[in-house]
Amino acid sequence: MTSSDKALKIYIPRDAAAVSVGADELVSAFEAEAQKRKLAIEIIRPGSRGLLWLEPMIEVATPEGRVAFGPVEEKDVASVLDAMVANGSHALRLGVAEEIPWLKKQTRLTFVRCGVVDPRSVEDYIAHDGYRGLARALTLDSAGIIADVTTSGLRGRGGAGFPTGIKWKTVADTKADRKFIVCNADEGDSGTFADRMIMEGDPFVVIEGMTIAGIAVGATKGYIYIRSEYPHAVEAMNEGIAAAKRAGYLGDKIRGSAHTFDLEVRVGAGAYVCGEETSLLESLEGRRGIVRAKPPLPAHKGLFGKPTVINNVLSFAAIPFILDNGAKAYADYGMGRSRGTMPIQLAGNVKFGGLFEVAFGITLGELIDDIGGGTFTGKPVRAVQVGGPLGAYFPRELFDTPFDYEAFAKRDGLIGHGGIVVFDDTVDMSKQARFAMEFCAIESCGKCTPCRIGSTRGVETIDKIRRGERVAENIAVLQDLSNTMKFGSLCALGGFTPYPVMSALKHFPGDFGPAPSRLQAAE
Amino acid sequence: MNAAYEPNAYEPWSADRGTEIIESLSHVEGGVIVILHAMQEAFGYVPEAAIPMIALARNLSRAEVHGVFTFYHDFRHEPAGKHVLKICRAEACQAAGGDALAARAEAKLGVKFGNTTADQRVTLEPIYCLGLCATAPSAMLDGRLVGRLDEKRIDALVAEAQR
Repeated sequence: MTSSDKALKIYIPRDAAAVSVGADELVSAFEAEAQKRKLAIEIIRPGSRGLLWLEPMIEVATPEGRVAFGPVEEKDVASVLDAMVANGSHALRLGVAEEIPWLKKQTRLTFVRCGVVDPRSVEDYIAHDGYRGLARALTLDSAGIIADVTTSGLRGRGGAGFPTGIKWKTVADTKADRKFIVCNADEGDSGTFADRMIMEGDPFVVIEGMTIAGIAVGATKGYIYIRSEYPHAVEAMNEGIAAAKRAGYLGDKIRGSAHTFDLEVRVGAGAYVCGEETSLLESLEGRRGIVRAKPPLPAHKGLFGKPTVINNVLSFAAIPFILDNGAKAYADYGMGRSRGTMPIQLAGNVKFGGLFEVAFGITLGELIDDIGGGTFTGKPVRAVQVGGPLGAYFPRELFDTPFDYEAFAKRDGLIGHGGIVVFDDTVDMSKQARFAMEFCAIESCGKCTPCRIGSTRGVETIDKIRRGERVAENIAVLQDLSNTMKFGSLCALGGFTPYPVMSALKHFPGDFGPAPSRLQAAE
Repeated sequence: MNAAYEPNAYEPWSADRGTEIIESLSHVEGGVIVILHAMQEAFGYVPEAAIPMIALARNLSRAEVHGVFTFYHDFRHEPAGKHVLKICRAEACQAAGGDALAARAEAKLGVKFGNTTADQRVTLEPIYCLGLCATAPSAMLDGRLVGRLDEKRIDALVAEAQR
C-alpha cells in the first residue's frame, strides 16, 4: 500500500455492522487483489453511512466524489476493482454516495461525518468542521454556553426527553469541589445502534460534546460508560481519547485556555438496568447496578456524591453542531416541543434497515413504509415496537403518529432512543408480551417489589392466558399487575415494561388466548 | 479466518498474578468492576479466591465484592469452554427469525443456553443485543461478530466453534 496521490483511495467501513457481514475480509481481499495487479491502493476505514442493508458498502474516491458499491462480497472484489479503476459500470455500483436518495432525504446534523471521516484521525475530524463548536465555546462563559443549549430545545436523547440545558444549569449552579460529566453509552435497547455507530464512526463529536459540557458546568473529569457488548465502540472511543489528548483537545489547558478536562472509558458488564442513570452511576462507582431513589438528583448528588451531568451519547453528539451553528439553526428543525433532529434506527424485519436522521415530525408510516420499504420477508407489517424493550407495540392503524415525544406519549407509547423494530404477520403478540415480562425479570435490579416480583408474576399470568386458563380473569390480573408496575416501580425498567405488554393486549387482543384461537386469528 | 480472533487462551489462576492485577489498578476510582473484568480477561473467569483479595485491597467486605460479582451477567465463576458462542435473543433478532436459529444452535450443540458442551469446547450464551439490529439475526463467536444469520451461516458458525 502507498499513500501517494496516485493510489486509488478505497473506503471500507470498520463499523461493527459492516464487519459482521464481511467488511474485514474485504480489506484483505482488496489488498491481495491490488498486490496481484501491482496496483497502488490506500484503504481507509471510516464508520458506516448507515445504509445497513447495503453493507458492506464500500466507496472509491473519484473526481465526481465518492462512488459507492454494495453490498460487496468477497467474490465481487475483482470485478468491483475493475469498475473502480475504469470508473465504469457495475451491478453493485450505487453512484455517488451522497446522492443515494435514502441518504439524501436525511437531515444529518449529528451524523454528518459518520461514514465519511476516518474515525482514528483528529485531523480528518477538524478538516470536516470538527472542534468548531469547542472553539466557540471557549469564547463564551458558562452562562453563554448553557443559554445556547437551552435555546436549541435539545432534550435528552436517551429516552426521557428532559431538557439538556436545564440539567446543565442545575449542575453549573451547584457548588462543589469536584463535578463530573458522564456519558451514558449503555445502549441496551434492542433495535437501537445509533450510539454504537456514532462512537465507532465519529468518536470526536462525542468527545467534543462532553468537553463543552465540562467547560459549561465546571467539571474537569468525564466518564463514558460503554456496554461490554460493544467492543468496537470501546476501542474507537479509547483511540479517539488518546488522539484528542495528543492534539491538546483533552487534558490540561485545553487549546491554551484555562480549562482542564479529561476523559475515561469504563466498560459495563452485561446489565441492562445500568442504562438507567442512577444505576449507571452505582456501576461506575464499582457497585451493583441498583437504582437510586430520586431525589437527590444526579445534578446535585451524582457520581461519588458530586454534581454530575449525565447525558446520552446522542445528546452530547448534538452539542458541537449547536455551538458551531447557533441554537436557532438546531431549533429550526422539529415540531412542537421536540426540536432538532432524531437519528432514527430502522431494525428487525425491515427491507431497508439502518440509521435515518431526520427532523422530528415525520410519521411512523412514512418511516416504516416509505423509508424502510416494509418487511424484508415481503409479508405485511403487523406491528412495530418503538423505543426498545420498554416501548409500545404499534399496529398499522396508528402509523399516522408523528415522531414527537408528546405525540407518542398521547398514544401510550414512547420514542425512547429512537429504535423501531418491524415485525411481519407471523408475529405472536402474546409471546412478545411474555418476552417483555421475561426480560424485565432477568434484568430487574431487585430493589423495588413491583419490578422484581411483578415481572415474574407477569410471565406466569401470560403463560396461563396462552394455555387458555380462565382467560378473561387472567387478562384482568395482567392489567392490574401492569398498573402496579407502571405506577409503583422506582425506575423505567419496571415502570415501562407495561408499555409493550399493554399495547400488545390492547391492539392485538386476538393473540391473547389459548393457542388454537391465536392460530385461527392469524389465518 | 482472522488472526485477531484466536480461541481463548487463559493463564492458570495464581494468587501472585491476582495481586499483581489488583495492584496495577489501585489508582482506579471505584474500580471493582474494572478489576473483575481484568481478572476474567486473564483467567477466563473470576476465581473464588480473588474475591477476598479484592475486598481487602478495596477496604470492602467479601459480601460486597461477591454482590458486585454476582450482579453482572458477564462475570463467570467457572472457566468457559474453549469457544464462547453468544447468540442475540432480543426483539430485533426475534423479528428476523432469530428464535428458530437459536433453537437450531441448541440442538446442534446439544446444550441449552447458559451451558458448556460436555467436551468443554463450546459455551452457548444468550446476549441481549449486539447493536446489529439491521443486519439481524446476529451472534458473536469469541469476539467476532456475525450478522445476517441464516441456517447455513449458523451451522457454519456452530461447526467452527466445535473445531
